[in-house]
Amino acid sequence: MSAPYDVESGDAVHPGHPVQVDRYTVGARINHWITAISLILLAISGLALFHPSLFFLTGLFGGGQMTRTIHPWIGVVLFFSFFGMFLRFWKANLWKSEDGTWMRRIRDVIAGHEEKLPELGKYNAGQKLVFWGMSFLIVVLIASGVVIWNAYFSTFTSIGQQRVALLVHSVAAVAIISLWIVHVYAAIWVKGTISAMTRGQVTGGWAWRHHRKWLRELVSRKTPGSSGTRGTPAE
Amino acid sequence: MFPPIPNPPVTPTPAKFGEGDLIRRSASNLRVPVEFKEPVAKLIDVSKCIGCKACQAACLEWNELHEEIGTFNGSYTNPPDLTENSLTLMRFTEWVNPETDTLEWLIRKDGCMHCADPGCLKACPAPGAIVQYSNGIVDFDHDRCIGCGYCVKGCPFNIPRISKADHKAYKCTLCSDRVAVGQGPACQKACPTQAIVFGTKTQMKEWAEGRIKDLKSRGYKNAGLYDPPGVGGTHVMYVLQHADQPSLYAGLPDNPRISRIVEAWKGVTKYVGLGVMGFAAIAGALHYLVAGANKVTPEDEANAEKLTEGGRS
Amino acid sequence: MTNSWTDIRNTDLVVIMGGNAAEAHPCGFKWVTEAKASRGAKLVVVDPRFTRSAAVADYYAPIRQGTDIAFLNGVINYCIANDKVQWDYVKAFTNASYIVKEGFAYQDGLFTGYDAEKRDYNRSTWDYDIGPDGYAVVDDTLQHPRCVWNLLKAHVAQYTPELVERITGTPKDKFLKVASMIAECSSKTKTMTSMYALGWTQHSKGSQNIRTMAMLQLILGNIGVRGGGMNALRGHSNIQGLTDVGLMSNMIPGYLTLPTEREPDFNAYMSTRGFKPLRPNQMSYWQNYRKFFVSFQKSMWGDAATAENNWAFDYLPKLDVPAYDILRAFELMKQGKITNYICQGFNPMQAFPNRGKLTEALSKLKLLVVMDPLETETARFWENHGVYNPADTAKIQTEVIQLPTTCFAEDEGALVNSGRWIQWHWPAGSPPGEARTDAAIMAGIHLRMKELYRKEGGAFPDPILNLTWTYKDPHEPTAVELTKELNGSVLRDVPDPNDPTKKLLEAGKQVAGFGVLRDDGSTACGNWIYSGSYTEAGNMMARRDNSDPDATGAYLKWSFAWPANRRILYNRASCDIDGKPWDPTRKLIEWDGSKWTGYDVPDIAVTAKPQDVGPFIMNPEGVSRLFARGMMREGPFPVHYEPFESPVANLIAPKIRGNPVARVFKDDFAQFADTASKEFPYAATSYRLTEHFHYWTKNNHVNSVLQPEFFVEISEELAKEKKIENAGWVRVWSKRGSVFAKAYVTKRIRPLMVDGKPVHIVGIPIHWGFVGAAKKGFPANVLTPFVGDANIETPEFKAFLVNIEPTTGPVA
Repeated sequence: MSAPYDVESGDAVHPGHPVQVDRYTVGARINHWITAISLILLAISGLALFHPSLFFLTGLFGGGQMTRTIHPWIGVVLFFSFFGMFLRFWKANLWKSEDGTWMRRIRDVIAGHEEKLPELGKYNAGQKLVFWGMSFLIVVLIASGVVIWNAYFSTFTSIGQQRVALLVHSVAAVAIISLWIVHVYAAIWVKGTISAMTRGQVTGGWAWRHHRKWLRELVSRKTPGSSGTRGTPAE
Repeated sequence: MFPPIPNPPVTPTPAKFGEGDLIRRSASNLRVPVEFKEPVAKLIDVSKCIGCKACQAACLEWNELHEEIGTFNGSYTNPPDLTENSLTLMRFTEWVNPETDTLEWLIRKDGCMHCADPGCLKACPAPGAIVQYSNGIVDFDHDRCIGCGYCVKGCPFNIPRISKADHKAYKCTLCSDRVAVGQGPACQKACPTQAIVFGTKTQMKEWAEGRIKDLKSRGYKNAGLYDPPGVGGTHVMYVLQHADQPSLYAGLPDNPRISRIVEAWKGVTKYVGLGVMGFAAIAGALHYLVAGANKVTPEDEANAEKLTEGGRS
Repeated sequence: MTNSWTDIRNTDLVVIMGGNAAEAHPCGFKWVTEAKASRGAKLVVVDPRFTRSAAVADYYAPIRQGTDIAFLNGVINYCIANDKVQWDYVKAFTNASYIVKEGFAYQDGLFTGYDAEKRDYNRSTWDYDIGPDGYAVVDDTLQHPRCVWNLLKAHVAQYTPELVERITGTPKDKFLKVASMIAECSSKTKTMTSMYALGWTQHSKGSQNIRTMAMLQLILGNIGVRGGGMNALRGHSNIQGLTDVGLMSNMIPGYLTLPTEREPDFNAYMSTRGFKPLRPNQMSYWQNYRKFFVSFQKSMWGDAATAENNWAFDYLPKLDVPAYDILRAFELMKQGKITNYICQGFNPMQAFPNRGKLTEALSKLKLLVVMDPLETETARFWENHGVYNPADTAKIQTEVIQLPTTCFAEDEGALVNSGRWIQWHWPAGSPPGEARTDAAIMAGIHLRMKELYRKEGGAFPDPILNLTWTYKDPHEPTAVELTKELNGSVLRDVPDPNDPTKKLLEAGKQVAGFGVLRDDGSTACGNWIYSGSYTEAGNMMARRDNSDPDATGAYLKWSFAWPANRRILYNRASCDIDGKPWDPTRKLIEWDGSKWTGYDVPDIAVTAKPQDVGPFIMNPEGVSRLFARGMMREGPFPVHYEPFESPVANLIAPKIRGNPVARVFKDDFAQFADTASKEFPYAATSYRLTEHFHYWTKNNHVNSVLQPEFFVEISEELAKEKKIENAGWVRVWSKRGSVFAKAYVTKRIRPLMVDGKPVHIVGIPIHWGFVGAAKKGFPANVLTPFVGDANIETPEFKAFLVNIEPTTGPVA
């Protein structure tokens, strides 16, 4: 069998009833939640400055001045935090032939007819799109954000460039927030997903149903039990 | 001579306009004020200006601003740019008129133009941080300013500056405090040659006509009034010797208007953006209602168990 | 000013030459913009630099500094050649028709009587032919070859537009354009005003610069009329007051002069001050000299000045030299002959030429007392500030005492503006710290000296012991007391000669004007020209009624203008020989058949018949002088002389260096660069910027923001030649010193073609020093030559030679 292409370090299978599968290490989860919290804070503070009807949200940050001050710094946190995730996850998110099939059968995806889809690795095409979309948008956001970060960088660009940056930043923000909604919704819709990012584990059934190829690879690996010394399942 | 504005009475004078006279307020919806004030305007006659900077000094003094002592930068323009403390600035341009081959030293007093359609106000996200009174004055309320610098991007004239000290935006207020008690702005008061006059916009346009006639009689065939329609006209206007080429005057925009990018950002993006995000959320909710949760079945678990056991064997 | 600031709005043509009114007098300049805006007046600027005035001018012509006389003689020549002369005015109101003595001549730049050894003239031939009746001989037809008009015509004929261009560097077409604009004002209904300042005075022939324009204005008929005149724009708010009250070393108040050694007694003194009329019926107002002088002496010494002691004439010092001007004072300090110096309201370390020499002079003093509201470089001359003031402190033994004074906004008093308006001012704030009024400090010094003289006697204690000192608080005379004294009062009753029961004058009352002053000791007056400023009717200087009937610009009820509240001097000349205004739309006064009436106070006896009495009442001729007689040291007609440091030799008299009668001290000659020097090839000039007031406002934060740092201005051409970058550092040096400055490479200065050779101009603003809020810098006087105007010793700051090179910044 060829080398598993999308198994990440820390992924492991624990036989039992039900089967437990280690999906995310502690580091990955901490990384994820820092990113997630940053993104949420950014979305709230950004939206507060985006539309007058949402300006009241600045109250959550201690007022307009604080919101304006803190937003770009959270952005910096997000950027580095997400960069950590990117390093962890980029390989498993490379595009595969089955992803195309999955995309073509998106109706079945939405309808929940997973039996009609090909077997998938650790991530399906939707997750990969979220990943790459986030990656791209965060680069766009940090770049445009720096341009409009008035307190430190206003003198490095022209006002014309800053105007473009503002527009780009807000469009990118709308896109990333929408993407985030898709991401969160998917986690809610697909039951059994959230535990992957809380306890780090999913059930074998979840893996069988959604990422069978990944499960098969894990099972076929010659390192059974190694997970016993690493993962820290919550129970 | 334009009739000078008489000195104010020494007794306290009630303000002639205030909160109730706002016609625009940043990031807010407003009801139209009960009574519209006569629009005011400051007319800067570049052809009468001798570049003495009395206006600059008066602005610093009246507004109690402390500008840094800089260095010589290769021109009489000091400081070299507007700052949060220098709300007005004489800009000097040496220009050789190609038609007459004579030097002209064009001296323009730069500062907020008080646009009828203010880009700063349009861009401002903080409710009430930028307001426009029915007399046309565009004013910043520093208690509400959050220092984001959006006004800088919204302004077609590159006027507002953000203070490094308190992170708030500053620009000329047209001395709204003085105008409120029937006075003209401090710069106008200090101008020795009446290159700056102040009154109602109608009066100023009439006065400008006389000045333009005089300039045309002196051979400035393109003399004219700078009251750019792209921003709905301004409440600070210039009489220019070469009104056909405003950009000669230290880059005064030839045809200023609020940037289309800013308009897109503050217009369509704002609404479409909220719509897209809302749509995503609603679509999810609907999908959940229609399609229901995607649950792992007992067969899935069994299959997994079978697989793991099989894998071990 | 012959006219007033407010009168400038009545003009048709403003000529700014020898000044930069928009830059240095922005507030007064409002009347120029007003004349332009409401009368359609034109503004012409002639200056080596394209100034802020030029920025709002209708026409600008460049000129090489120090060549104004050539330019203006050229304009006079143009007017005569093109018959642009106000003939009725010239014939009736000038000495054009007067016959000049045989023997007077002009050749090769010199008049008759020159003594090269003394650098002076025997001026005996510079006068009129006096007839047997004791009056000057005239030829009303102007046919006599020796009449002033014909001599003038011949004198200026040399100054053709071509020669003017070769000397001044003004392109011929530009010169002709300016000349033709000026010549238009020979019309009776068009007037021109001349606005000038230090650009004309700060030359070794400064007085002649001004005189040349005055002659031109007379030829155009522009003196005494609304919108005309010779308008000296005074720099300090009270510099006019300084000369009025006689702070010049050879004067006493009201332009009376101190006696010289050759006038040991009162009769000898008065013999040259009789001013007998030179033509019939003339007022020759200086005939009243004795009244003014005696009243002055009574004001100074009261009862101690008696008819028996010739009104204490002996109390006055007798000058052994023409004047103890500041240049001479510093020369004497340098020679160790002046050892104590009270420097009051003055900063010579910045304001007088050749700083190196000034420092040397101050270092030789025993005592220097500085009275000033501000820190000055003079008070700190001994302090080492690196390159900015490389004083060797340890070697300087001068004791320096600083006495802080109040500034104008902190005390009450009066300031005299350029238009001779004496305007009262009130304190706007209280003086800081230990500051005291100048009067209080001077009183303190006086009272202590008086006590010493009383105790110890001394060579001649009387003038000090007997000085009138009747102030309520002898330690602090008030401004009201002092100005009342200047106005004058009646000392004893004068009965009315027609009705002995009545009193003409009543003892103890303020005099109403100088017309009632007497030479019998019954009146006292500190300054006759200020008489009328503080009368029994009260403080006329404090009047603030800005009504102006028929908008003539006179404002007779605003403050007080000397003399006699007159706003335009020689205003009788605004009317023709029959007393009717030349221009009825610009009526000032007129003869109604029995008396003079109008908007201004007539500058003539109210009942003086127009056909009989000439308008220039201060002259014994009753007319003005195109020929100055012996009044000017260089000669009765102006001649072009180069500055002492010049990039070219004098084209009309190549052998003459500078002004042939200007006084030059021996050591200073050695410190002049040679004519057309290779070592110092560039023509420099110094000037003021509108953002600063002299050396004061560099102490003020706002002014320092507006113009923070010393710079020099050069043309793009010179910058290219010397590889100098805009805003880069340069070193500029003359034969006397060296400065570091930022360079301002500007289109506003262009090299001038002078007799076929390009002359580059270096412009040097004067405002920086080593004390104050602004960046440390160098004042222009580090570079300037130690020579003054031949008549009044104003230093030649406007034309000198330097060299320039790019450099790195100074190491402080």
